[in-house]
Amino acid sequence: MGIMDKFKELGSSYDDIKFAGRDPFSVRFDQILSPTEGMIAGKKTILLGTNNYLGLTFDKHSVEQAVSALRENGTGTTGSRIANGSYGWHQRLEEELAQFFGRRHAMTFTTGYQANLGIIATLAGRDDHLVIDADSHACIYDACKLTSAPVTRFKHNDPVDLRKRLSRLKSIGGNIIVVTEGIFSMLGDKAPLKEIVAVTKEYGAYLVVDEAHSMGVLGANGRGLAEELGVEDDVDFILGTFSKSLGAIGGFCVSNIDDFDLLRVACRPYMFTASLPCSVVASVVTSLPKVKNGQFLREKLMSNAQRLYDGLLSAGFDVGPDVSPVVAIQLPSTEIAVAFWNALLDEGLYVNLALPPATPTNQPLLRSSVSAAHTHKQIDTVIDLITKVNLDLGAVTPERIARAG
Amino acid sequence: MTGTDIEGVIIKELRSLSNGTVEVKSDTNIVRDLNLPSLDVMDLVMALEDHFDVSIPLDRIAEIETVQELADLVRSLNTEVDV
Repeated sequence: MGIMDKFKELGSSYDDIKFAGRDPFSVRFDQILSPTEGMIAGKKTILLGTNNYLGLTFDKHSVEQAVSALRENGTGTTGSRIANGSYGWHQRLEEELAQFFGRRHAMTFTTGYQANLGIIATLAGRDDHLVIDADSHACIYDACKLTSAPVTRFKHNDPVDLRKRLSRLKSIGGNIIVVTEGIFSMLGDKAPLKEIVAVTKEYGAYLVVDEAHSMGVLGANGRGLAEELGVEDDVDFILGTFSKSLGAIGGFCVSNIDDFDLLRVACRPYMFTASLPCSVVASVVTSLPKVKNGQFLREKLMSNAQRLYDGLLSAGFDVGPDVSPVVAIQLPSTEIAVAFWNALLDEGLYVNLALPPATPTNQPLLRSSVSAAHTHKQIDTVIDLITKVNLDLGAVTPERIARAG
Repeated sequence: MTGTDIEGVIIKELRSLSNGTVEVKSDTNIVRDLNLPSLDVMDLVMALEDHFDVSIPLDRIAEIETVQELADLVRSLNTEVDV
């Protein structure tokens, strides 16, 4: 048996998707015109799947600071912070992040994936126990593979189920670490964080919240779901990313825990990878105050999110439980989802195609993410295009969605 | 609860997961014979945790192949809790 034979079934499913039109997993943007428009195969296309929530990727000031840091510090750091040292920009970002979140400590990573992977896997030692939401992002599941701690899942967004599972762990000893997310990336639903905090504290467990999709989006100062719900003091570790609201790349953890800096010499995904280039760090440092003072952008973002959510809901689509910048349409089959996705691209609209098992409901999704930079006119065009393609394909009627659900 | 009782519950859960299309016995290989996605296996574990009121860590599942091995694991975890 050849080394690639194990991927034959995967390859055959991938071929089926590719033969139906374009390859959704290697879309090429020939040019990015703005945070909301790009050129794909010569066609001007509305970008509605970028996670660019505040539309800061082309912020003039951030671009200028990034260019200046690039000229002063070079194209890369060529090594890890443990082996090759840190730059002033790294330390400045950590200080300003800690200040942003009102915490004593901050630690940055090269990607958001690595922040979750590293912190969760390192915090949970052999004698501890991880308890994660069943719909956690893949990076949290990968942390569960890297950790030496046992792992239990609780039912998605269900504090009663969490309590049941924590009560079974009462007598085992060690620390218990509960992990959830602010906004879940596929359906855009929020965690019932107040209730999860209450259960976690009742059992003396630690709480880790990944605010990747909620930082910049929720809370008066953009600190995420914990800020919005007033429970920041009860969240022991906040994880997040620079690749969404902050428009760059990288990940972070902030906390008030004593001895936090020991993680720097224990956390392998921090220690054994090259650090962020200063150009990226400079753009994040420059964008951070814009996120903090971004009330106007957040209002615009939520107004766009509400407009898209309401428009799709009244067109008969099943769009998930909460209004948030992540708006996903659930579709009854992969064939329909792939055809729908291709037809939208033909019409000049780019959304994300998400297929099981990467989706929480085991159904395919057309996932979109709204930006503050979208105009109401663009959102209305999007609703019209999705409705038109649905009529052309005869893909989804409300009755059909009800049957599939 | 005896090993046979536990096996019975697992077989019932697996039958419903595979829509009754495959015969499930104590030596059935859960992933290979039933072609179950890993997510279904994790959801099966959750259902068994609730049925037997026991915590079944995911890393313990990695080494399990057959229905009988899973029943043995549930029984041993039950015993660990009792002790």
